Amino acid sequence: MTDRTVRKERARKITFQQACTIALDEAMAADDTVFLLGEDVADREGGGTFKVTSGLSTKYGTDRVRSTPISEQAIVGTAVGAAVAGMRPVAEIMLMNFITLGLDQLVNHAAKLRFMSGGRTGVPLTVRTATGAGGGTGGQHSDMLEAWLAHVPGLKVVVPSSPAEAKGLLLSSVLDDDPCVVVEHTQLYWTKGEAPEPGLRIPLGKANIARQGSDVSVITYGRPVGQVLELAEKLAGEGIDVEVVDLRTISPLDERTVLESVAKTRRAVIVHEAVGQFGVGAEVSARISEELHGQLAAPVVRVTSANAPVPFSKPLEDKYLYQISDVESAIRKSMA
Amino acid sequence: MPETTPSAGAPAEHPLVRIYRTAALIHRVDERMRGMLTSGELAAAYYSPRGQEVLAATLAHSGVTSDDYLVTTYRGIHDQIAKGMPLDELIAEIFGKATGSCKGKGGPMHVTHPDSGVMVTTGIVGSGMPIAVGLATSSSIRKDGRVTVVCFGDGASNIGAFHESLNLASLWKLPVIFVCQNNLYAESTAYANGTTAEHIADRAAGYGMPGVTVNGNDPEAALDAFTEALDRARAGEGPTLVEAVTYRFMGHYFGDPGTYMDRAQYEAALAADPVPALRALLRERGLADEEQLSAMEQEIAGQVEHAIAFASDSPYPGADELRLDIYREQVPA
Ligand SMILES: Cc1ncc(C[n+]2csc(CCOP(=O)(O)OP(=O)(O)O)c2C)c(N)n1
Ligand SMILES: [Mg+2]
Repeated sequence: MTDRTVRKERARKITFQQACTIALDEAMAADDTVFLLGEDVADREGGGTFKVTSGLSTKYGTDRVRSTPISEQAIVGTAVGAAVAGMRPVAEIMLMNFITLGLDQLVNHAAKLRFMSGGRTGVPLTVRTATGAGGGTGGQHSDMLEAWLAHVPGLKVVVPSSPAEAKGLLLSSVLDDDPCVVVEHTQLYWTKGEAPEPGLRIPLGKANIARQGSDVSVITYGRPVGQVLELAEKLAGEGIDVEVVDLRTISPLDERTVLESVAKTRRAVIVHEAVGQFGVGAEVSARISEELHGQLAAPVVRVTSANAPVPFSKPLEDKYLYQISDVESAIRKSMA
Repeated sequence: MPETTPSAGAPAEHPLVRIYRTAALIHRVDERMRGMLTSGELAAAYYSPRGQEVLAATLAHSGVTSDDYLVTTYRGIHDQIAKGMPLDELIAEIFGKATGSCKGKGGPMHVTHPDSGVMVTTGIVGSGMPIAVGLATSSSIRKDGRVTVVCFGDGASNIGAFHESLNLASLWKLPVIFVCQNNLYAESTAYANGTTAEHIADRAAGYGMPGVTVNGNDPEAALDAFTEALDRARAGEGPTLVEAVTYRFMGHYFGDPGTYMDRAQYEAALAADPVPALRALLRERGLADEEQLSAMEQEIAGQVEHAIAFASDSPYPGADELRLDIYREQVPA
C-alpha cells in the first residue's frame, strides 16, 4: 500500500458520534424541511452534550438548529406540531431517561395522530436520544427504554450498532414519514468504524444478518452486536458457526428475518442491554415459539442485563450488565 | 365555511350577524347531539360546548382564515364548526363512521381536518399547546404567514405543558395565540380551588408576553382582543395569551349532574346566555329582524339534519382499517 491509500483508509474510519453528525448534515442538505431542536444543540451552546450537532448551526443557521430551554414536553410537542405541518423535525433528548417527560407527546400524539386522523396527517419526526450503562451515570442516566416505545404501535424504534449503521439508520429515520426514535449508545459514541458512502441509507424495519452461520442464531441489536460478532469469530475456531442477526429496528420488528434465521439454525439466543423483564427479548422469544415451536433443537435463551436499576458502583455496574460470557454459555448450552 | 363567508359580490354581512350565524349553527348541532345521546341514537364521549358558542364564533370571525391552524380539545366541536369544518364529515366522525373526517378512527376527542385548518384535537389536557408551538415554529421557519390558534381550558393552565409552551413561544416570538376558554370549572374543580392566579392572563407576564382577560361571551369585546392578538402574530411580534371568560351550562361530560356547581353563579350565567343575548342584540341594533333570524335558523336546522342523516346512513369502518394509517406503509396482515 502506498502512503496515500493508507491515509485514505484511515480517513474512512469515523466515530459513531461523527456518523450521527454526518447523517444529520446530509439530511439537512437534502431536505430543507429538516430542522433540529433540543437542549444546547446550537454551536453557541456547544453543539450538543455529545457534540452530535456540532457545526450544524454554523452551517445551516439557528433557524434550522434551535437550542431550546429545558422543556422536554415542549421539545417533543414542538416536533409533533411541526411534523404535522409537514416539516421533518429532529429533536434531541439529551438522555433517554428524560424522554419520560416527553412521553405524552410521543405516545399519545406522535404515535397516533396518523391513525386517529384516518391518515389525514402524518408525524415525520425523529427523536434522537443517548443512553446506556457502563459510564457510571447511575439509575437516572443510563436506562435502555426501547421496549417501552416499541410497545406503542405507530412509533418506529431504531437502535444502531456501529458508526456505519448509525449513519444509514439515522438518515433513513429523518427522511421517514413516520415518527422514529433513534437510540444512540453513549459508550459507542467514540468507537470507530468504516465510514459508509455518502447518501447511503439503511432501510428501517429490516434486520441485518451481520454474520452468516448455520448452528445457532444470536438475535441482538445496539452495543452487543460488535461483542457478539467477536465471540462468533472465537467460536468459529471451535467449529461452532454462529449467525448474528442485528435487528437494527426494534419496531416494526423484522419478524421474517428472525424466523428464517432460526428456522435454519433451530437455536436462538437473544441478547440485549435492557433489563430482561417484559423486554424485546420476551417479544422475540414469543414470536419464535409461536411460529417454530416444534422445530427448535433447544429452548430459546435470553441474555440481558439484571432486572434492577442501573447501579453506580463500577464493579456492581459491570455485574448488572449483560455478560458476553453468559452469551457464550448460552450458545454452548443450546448446542449441547 | 361557505355559509359564513360572504360570496364575492354579495353585500358583506355585519360581523355580529356572521358571528351569530356560526354560534347558532354550533348551538343547533350541540342541541341535536345531546338529543341523540339522550334518545340512544348516538353513543359517544361528548363534552358539550353549550355556553361557549359565541366565544368560538367570535374567534373564527376575528380574521382567522382556513389556512391558519387550529388546535383544540375534547370540548372542541364549537371550535371545529367555527373553523369551517364540513358538517357532514364532522358529525359522521362523531358517529364513528367511515365517512367521518378521520374515517371514524379518531372520534369526537380526536377530530382532524387539515383542509379547514383543524390540525389536532387532543383528549390530553394541555397537550395541544406544545403542538401549537410546533405548528407555529413551522410557520416561522417557512415564513408562510399562518397563525396558529390553540384553545384550551382554565384547568389546562395548571399543567406543565402550558408553562413550557408559553415560554418557548415567547422566546421564539412565534405566531401563535393561546386562547384559554375559562369556563370556571375543570371537571368538578371550581376555578379558585385549582388555580392560584386571579386571572389566567396574569400568567403571561411570567413569559414576557401580553395577556388579556375578556368576557368571551361579549362578541364585541372578544373580537377586539382576538383581532389584536392576530395582528400581533401576523406582524411577527409574537404570541398573546387571551383568557376568554365564559361558562359551560351542561357540566363537564354529558349527563354530569353538576352538583358541585354554584347555583347562584349558574343562574346568573344562564340569565346572560350568550346565544339568545346576541340574537336580541342583533334585533335591538336593527342588524336583523325576527323574520330574517328565523329564516337563518331554519336554514341551519336543515343543514344540521342533512349532516345527521348523512352520518347515520353511512357505513362503519371495516376491520382492514386496523392495519391502515399506523404507518404510512400498510402493516402486513
Ligand atoms: C393530562 C390529563 N389529565 C386529566 C384528564 C382528565 N380530564 C379531562 S377534562 C379535565 C378537566 C379540564 O378542564 P379545563 O382545562 O378547564 O377544560 P374544560 O373541560 O373546562 O373545557 C380533566 C381533568 C385528561 N384528559 N388529561
Ligand atoms: Mg374549564
